[in-house]
Amino acid sequence: MVGSSSSWSTALVKISPYTFASIGIAISIGVSVLGAAWGIYITGSSLIGAAIKAPRITSKNLISVIFCEAVAIYGVIVAIILQTKLESVPSSRIYDPESLRAGYAIFASGIIVGFANLVCGLCVGIIGSSCALSDAQNSSLFVKILVIEIFGSALGLFGVIVGIIMSAQATWPSKG
Amino acid sequence: MYGFEALTFNIHGGYLEAIVRGHRSGLLTASDYNNLCQCETLEDIKMHLSATEYGPYLQNEPSPLHTTTIVEKCTLKLVDEYKHMLTQATEPLSTFLEYITYGHMIDNVVLIVTGTLHERDVQELLEKCHPLGMFDSIATLAVAQNMRELYRLVLVDTPLAPYFSECITSEDLDDMNIEIMRNTLYKAYLEDFYRFCQKIGGATAEIMCDILAFEADRRAVNITINSIGTELTRDERRKLYSNFGLLYPYGHEELAVCEDIDQVRSAMEKYPPYQSIFSKLSYGESQMLDKAFYEEEVKRLCLAFEQQFHYGVFFAYMRLKEQEIRNLMWVSECVAQNQKSRVHDSVVFIF
Repeated sequence: MVGSSSSWSTALVKISPYTFASIGIAISIGVSVLGAAWGIYITGSSLIGAAIKAPRITSKNLISVIFCEAVAIYGVIVAIILQTKLESVPSSRIYDPESLRAGYAIFASGIIVGFANLVCGLCVGIIGSSCALSDAQNSSLFVKILVIEIFGSALGLFGVIVGIIMSAQATWPSKG
Repeated sequence: MYGFEALTFNIHGGYLEAIVRGHRSGLLTASDYNNLCQCETLEDIKMHLSATEYGPYLQNEPSPLHTTTIVEKCTLKLVDEYKHMLTQATEPLSTFLEYITYGHMIDNVVLIVTGTLHERDVQELLEKCHPLGMFDSIATLAVAQNMRELYRLVLVDTPLAPYFSECITSEDLDDMNIEIMRNTLYKAYLEDFYRFCQKIGGATAEIMCDILAFEADRRAVNITINSIGTELTRDERRKLYSNFGLLYPYGHEELAVCEDIDQVRSAMEKYPPYQSIFSKLSYGESQMLDKAFYEEEVKRLCLAFEQQFHYGVFFAYMRLKEQEIRNLMWVSECVAQNQKSRVHDSVVFIF
């Protein structure tokens, strides 16, 4: 009988790599959209309230909402790319190290993109809220705070780049 | 958790915070005050104010204008803004906003009781009450003869009920008792508000507790100065001081035994924030103390706007608006009485 100390690692290794891959894809889009929605409501509520006294800020400050939305789009793009990487392998080779590697790579890619976009969406949302409130008081501040937002939205891009690189090396074992 | 309010504050408070910051941009600036100080008559003041946010409220007033009308309409604007925010607020912001008005309720209660003691008409007193502190059964206050009746008939249904436990006596109400009652109620209110803000936690607790501590200390100094030379004993005086703030507990020990203003000054100069206030006054002078305290309060309230995602901005805005109304009243009175040279004695610039 195999020693009990190896039972956990055996259990993990016996989970199908398809499970990991599919969860990765789900996280990639689900958590990205969570980040984008969170950012949009943070910006949107401040923008609506501030626009009552200063209606001129509405059109310019929609940029903050657009940056948050971009985060969700990154998640969708990566999810579509990841799902094209899912291939069938013959059931005899499903637990080969090559298969596991491919499954884990897609999983990791999904987590990278999902959580990078979560925090990016939050960051852009909070800055967007402060941007709307400051713009309402003093319109020269808008462009300066926008620069901060641009740096913040680069965080999501970092996640997408690394995620795509990770998924590029997800090669399933070929038949035979 | 302190530092992460930005993640969830906007769910319930984002819209109202943006609205209150919009109102703040409508406060009068130094150039507005300069224009107002150069007015010759109240009609000029009305014309200048109609170019500011007060325009819609003063437009339809017939001339001749009185200073009380100007102040009343400006207060009406504050009340409208407050009610608009209160109706849109959810817990705990709605409770926070209600707490802001309890101070006015206490003032109104004391006004009516004192007025009744001096045999004034109830309707006349009701018109003088601050609109933010009105509650339904306020007119019944005129009937009460002593504190126990006051509590039992009227105040038990108001939010002030829990503050009464410390000051119910069966003595008849006279001037001294009423002042002690006012200060005891206010002390209980400040402590309750302080505990409430601490319970909310985060940035609200930090900012509000600082502002409330200053308020408590200011009241302690005012109580001390006002009770010099009266029959208030030292123990009674000590009971009126709040149990928080920079002066608690050692400053209170020193203040309780002060017998004149210079002793108060030497007690306060040990505390750096208050030493700068007292250094502006020369020895033996106390008229400018009020203005010095107001200036310090305004400075702290303006700092509350520097941070986002907390409730302190609501409190700060209400107080700044009240200060603005006090300024307008002073300017109008100086103009009406033709004493323009004294205009800058008591105007505290907010920006």
